[in-house]
Amino acid sequence: MASLFKRGRTKATQTERVRERKHEGFLRYAGFRWAKISGGLCLLIIVSYAMVDVTPRHNGGSWYGYTLGTIGAALILWLTALGYRKRKMTSTAWSLKAWTSAHVYLGLSLIVIGTWHTGFQLGWNVHTLAWALMLLVILSGLYGVIVYATLPAALSNNRDEMTQMQMLEAIRAFDRQLHSAAQPLTPADTAPVLAALDEDPFAGGIVARLGGRYPNCATAAALRTLAASLSSDAAAREKVVGLLKQKVAALARLRAHLRLRALLEIWLYVHVPLTFALIAALSAHIISVFFYW
Amino acid sequence: MSEPVKVAIIGSGPAGLSAASRAAQLGLSHILLEKTDHLSDTIFKYQKGKRVLATPERLDLRSDCRFAEGAREYILGNWDEDAANNKVQVAYHAEVAEVTGEKGAFAIRTAKGDIFHAENIVLAIGTQGNPNRMRCEGADLPHIIYQVDDPEDFKDKHITVVGSGDAGIENALGVAEEALENTVTILNRSKDFARAKAKNVADMTEAGENGFMSIRTETQPKLVEAGWLTLETPTGEEKIECDVIVARLGSVAPRGFVESMGIEFTGPDREAFPKLSPTFETTVPGLYVIGALAGYPLIKHCMNQGYDVVEFINGNQALTPADEKDLAAIFAGLPQQKSVSEWLDYLRTRIRIFADVSPLQMREFMLDSKVAFYGKGDVVFEKGEPGSSLFAIADGHAVVEVGPDVTVPIEQGSIFGEVGLISGRKRGATIRAGEDAIFVEVSRTAALKLMAAVPGAKRVINRISLERQLLQIFKGGLTVEDLQPIVEDPAIERFPAGKVVLAEGDAGDDVYVIRSGSMVVEKDIGGKPIFLRYLPAGSFFGEMAVLSGAPRNATVKAAVASEVIRLKGEQFKDMLAKRPQVRAATEAAVAERAAMNDFIESRKASYSSAVDLYSDTATFIMKEGLGEATDALLIDENLCVGCDNCEKACADSHEGLSRLDREAGKTFAHLHVPTSCRHCEHPHCMADCPPNVIHRGPDGEVFMEPGCIGCGNCMRNCPYGVIRMEAAPPEKPSLLRWLLTGFGPGPGEPSPKWTKKQLGDEKPKKIAVKCDMCKGISGGPACVRACPTGAAIRVSPEEFLSIARLEEDAG
Ligand SMILES: Cc1cc2nc3c(=O)[nH]c(=O)nc-3n(C[C@H](O)[C@H](O)[C@H](O)COP(=O)(O)OP(=O)(O)OC[C@H]3O[C@@H](n4cnc5c(N)ncnc54)[C@H](O)[C@@H]3O)c2cc1C
Ligand code: HEM
Ligand code: SF4
Ligand code: SF4
Ligand code: SF4
Repeated sequence: MASLFKRGRTKATQTERVRERKHEGFLRYAGFRWAKISGGLCLLIIVSYAMVDVTPRHNGGSWYGYTLGTIGAALILWLTALGYRKRKMTSTAWSLKAWTSAHVYLGLSLIVIGTWHTGFQLGWNVHTLAWALMLLVILSGLYGVIVYATLPAALSNNRDEMTQMQMLEAIRAFDRQLHSAAQPLTPADTAPVLAALDEDPFAGGIVARLGGRYPNCATAAALRTLAASLSSDAAAREKVVGLLKQKVAALARLRAHLRLRALLEIWLYVHVPLTFALIAALSAHIISVFFYW
Repeated sequence: MSEPVKVAIIGSGPAGLSAASRAAQLGLSHILLEKTDHLSDTIFKYQKGKRVLATPERLDLRSDCRFAEGAREYILGNWDEDAANNKVQVAYHAEVAEVTGEKGAFAIRTAKGDIFHAENIVLAIGTQGNPNRMRCEGADLPHIIYQVDDPEDFKDKHITVVGSGDAGIENALGVAEEALENTVTILNRSKDFARAKAKNVADMTEAGENGFMSIRTETQPKLVEAGWLTLETPTGEEKIECDVIVARLGSVAPRGFVESMGIEFTGPDREAFPKLSPTFETTVPGLYVIGALAGYPLIKHCMNQGYDVVEFINGNQALTPADEKDLAAIFAGLPQQKSVSEWLDYLRTRIRIFADVSPLQMREFMLDSKVAFYGKGDVVFEKGEPGSSLFAIADGHAVVEVGPDVTVPIEQGSIFGEVGLISGRKRGATIRAGEDAIFVEVSRTAALKLMAAVPGAKRVINRISLERQLLQIFKGGLTVEDLQPIVEDPAIERFPAGKVVLAEGDAGDDVYVIRSGSMVVEKDIGGKPIFLRYLPAGSFFGEMAVLSGAPRNATVKAAVASEVIRLKGEQFKDMLAKRPQVRAATEAAVAERAAMNDFIESRKASYSSAVDLYSDTATFIMKEGLGEATDALLIDENLCVGCDNCEKACADSHEGLSRLDREAGKTFAHLHVPTSCRHCEHPHCMADCPPNVIHRGPDGEVFMEPGCIGCGNCMRNCPYGVIRMEAAPPEKPSLLRWLLTGFGPGPGEPSPKWTKKQLGDEKPKKIAVKCDMCKGISGGPACVRACPTGAAIRVSPEEFLSIARLEEDAG
């Protein structure tokens, strides 16, 4: 090789490092490889279920049911491992995109694996609880995939090259200008402006954040009051109204940003805790099977 | 009039101070002249508390003053003590304005008018130069400063910054920090901020829009008064409040001053240094130059030279330079046994590019180089490897594999590897030792220095590289003789970014070869310029017109500042006529390009929007400076969920610091160019690194080896703002521990608050941090691997703008 600091590298070590150059999202990864594998797996199960004759009837306790159950439980543990893989940087070649792709498609295949494992025998017991939790996890995952596929473009459009820090900065800058522009106003007009200055852009709680509606927004209120007000010097009021309008727009951008980010994240707060509930129920299910069957 | 001294030393930096101390120790009569009121102004001006590093570690210090890694204050304190203990005679406020006379009887006049007489002079004034002063009325008032040491020194003041280069903008941004409550105005004589980095201009514009500072263009200071400043604006005069003026008007390099003494430089380039003998004597006998001015920017070198030069002046001829043992180590692995100076002579006489190099320069170049023995058949480098160093053949010969089973020899005394040096692209062919041989490998930086300092070397390298580049491009069909007329008198032209080389519809049949930089090809389709192709260095264009005789059918313009070689249509035709192989190759290339143009044109008719998008995206990519990138991080914002896992992964695989800023940067059609290193073809960051630790690695990555001294030059030189000066945070608790117990800051770069709590009062040293393309991590770039949705990719522009992409988009 041709660097100053080593020489005489042999052919064997000259392998190009693994590079992810193809530009394709996790759903399309490797030409839908995992969708195909997962689809094939489901098909195999559905067909073999019909072909295999289990007496007296299909259920979780038959050899066939045990097989599906083992596959399903192992799969659930592997799916859970994504949370670790995502955060553990090791130097070997792996791609989180590939993992996510496999996670999504194999996760979906659990609908078939899990349900066919039951032999369609459901009831009010811990076994069915595990199954139901599994479906809930899958459902929340499905929601996740939908937001991952649809919201990023909106997030990008809304931020328009601004970073979250810059959005906050912009709002602070309007606040500073408002502070000095409001000096000549009458006390009645100043009060709503001061309230607007005190407003915390992050306030409003989770409902407002997700819904994107802030009916008590002090800045919007101040804008309404001042636009309707007849006291104070007209030119000074005009200036403040202009600034308030700009601040309302800046707030709207930040709030839309926070809302989209929340929508992209919130479901994980369902997906992950449910995963743990599922693992607990699954353990109970497996223990009870081995003790009471 | 004063008594003549044996030696006068001008400048009290590490070099001058060490020289004066040696003179004092030897009992020589001496005087140390310093323009300011303290010693060592360059280091005095470092940021408060900066850790000064003592690189290179392997070099021993030889000086009567102490120096080891430590805080600026500690080092300056030591030097003040050492100067006193050594009984150094210092004259402060003695800015030397003129030197006259000759060896034995020099007269030195200071700006104040004092005259000093000396038999010898050691010039050690560094390279900082003098700041340009304000010139309007009142320009001598004390509230005009030429430097901001610490923005925190200014609170609640009206501050006007004059000058809109990077230094001015950075100072303005510093004092405009919200908490300081200053009222800041920045003045610019012209309309735009062409001299500053895009990032700085963007930050400033933003600060302007947010009301942190007022930006006044086409405005100049007219009159300075205490508390007030009168401005000349396009709409007339205006008086503003002003307590402090920060003037950042650039500085005059000391070269003019040095030349005025009659000292010759090695060449006209900016990188040139004074011509020096092995004893640091210039072309003016009795006048010596050492330190940064002599081309040695590291403090340790400076101090050693101060010691050596005075020993030389005192008649010590037996002194071996302090770097002797390092050089001996470089030659140690070779089969023959020779002394260091014999080796240096051996190389100088046997290698053409070293012929004009002085013994002193030779030592310097060898310290940045390697010499190695290669057995017959050993591979030196392989085709497709990145690499930018230059090889010279001291003994034996090399063979180039130009095609399957076709090799061409390169004879002893010649060089190879120059393509990487000039274009920064990958190696074009595999090279082996043709017999047992000794090759010298010169790093890119040293080679560039060599070319600047030794015009003879520059000529040889340019000629050989041109010849080889052309041979390479026309794939072995040509011989050196065919190229003779071209390389004898090459027409090399430079084009700044965006400049048109060929316009569609023009007549003409010259053929161009891109020597460095890159080009974009556009065609006017339906009244809109449509991007056709990206041409990296090493491609040629203009050949269609030669073959068809028709006018140019597309426009070619420089994507970044580029150099092209222009071949006359006639010359090219002769070559084609003589060499049917070349003709066939050219025709094939033409056919391929024509097919592609047709394809895009046909798509334009049926899938107009896809073609427009492709074309606009390409234009955006070029505008973002990716034309000079070899590998850039891009984020598809149709897929990015904003999880910042890319940043976290980068931090966790690199000492806890992220080397990319995902959110920052420009976006077009959901394609986002985050702030992250592009591994430029010609890295700007490498330009001025005192310890020379920035290199291009085996996978094309631009990286820093250990040894950064934290000077910040690379950060300022990178036009894309991707380098930051940061200290590595302490070790975090393990991931499992965090997952199970929540202990520690979790994945990613820890918050400054956490770091601060861990460190307490300890102030770690800040060094330059940038993307190294995950060098040494076998899995490849962590940022890309850690993106859950596949939004992040790392690509080169030619890969990204390939036609496959358009086909994909157009369906
Ligand atoms: C920010 C920064 C950080 C750095 N960090 C390091 C580091 O950590 N480690 C390291 O090894 N190197 C570092 N360097 C490089 C190093 O500081 C310089 O290369 C070194 O100081 C050069 O020494 P010198 O003696 O040649 O000249 P200088 O140190 O520049 O000294 C020149 C002196 O000459 C005086 N002078 C100039 N003109 C005249 C005149 N006409 N008449 C009289 N006096 C004159 C000046 O006032 C000054 O005191 C850094 C450089 C910078 C800019
Ligand atoms: C029983 C089955 C499943 C289990 C146990 C499971 C578990 C998990 C876990 C533990 C994570 C890691 C979250 C984090 O640490 O941030 C995760 C992420 C995720 N899951 Fe599932 N999951 C299951 C099924 C599914 C299904 C069916 C889908 C989609 C249809 C899905 C989609 C996702 C997605 C998109 C992520 C986010 C990846 C990321 O942003 O890194 N999951 N899942
Ligand atoms: S740090 Fe900047 S100049 Fe250096 S290679 Fe990266 S992008 Fe180019
Ligand atoms: S390639 Fe590696 S070093 Fe560079 S930004 Fe990505 S993770 Fe960081
Ligand atoms: S890891 Fe991928 S999805 Fe997450 S922020 Fe980075 S680019 Fe966006």
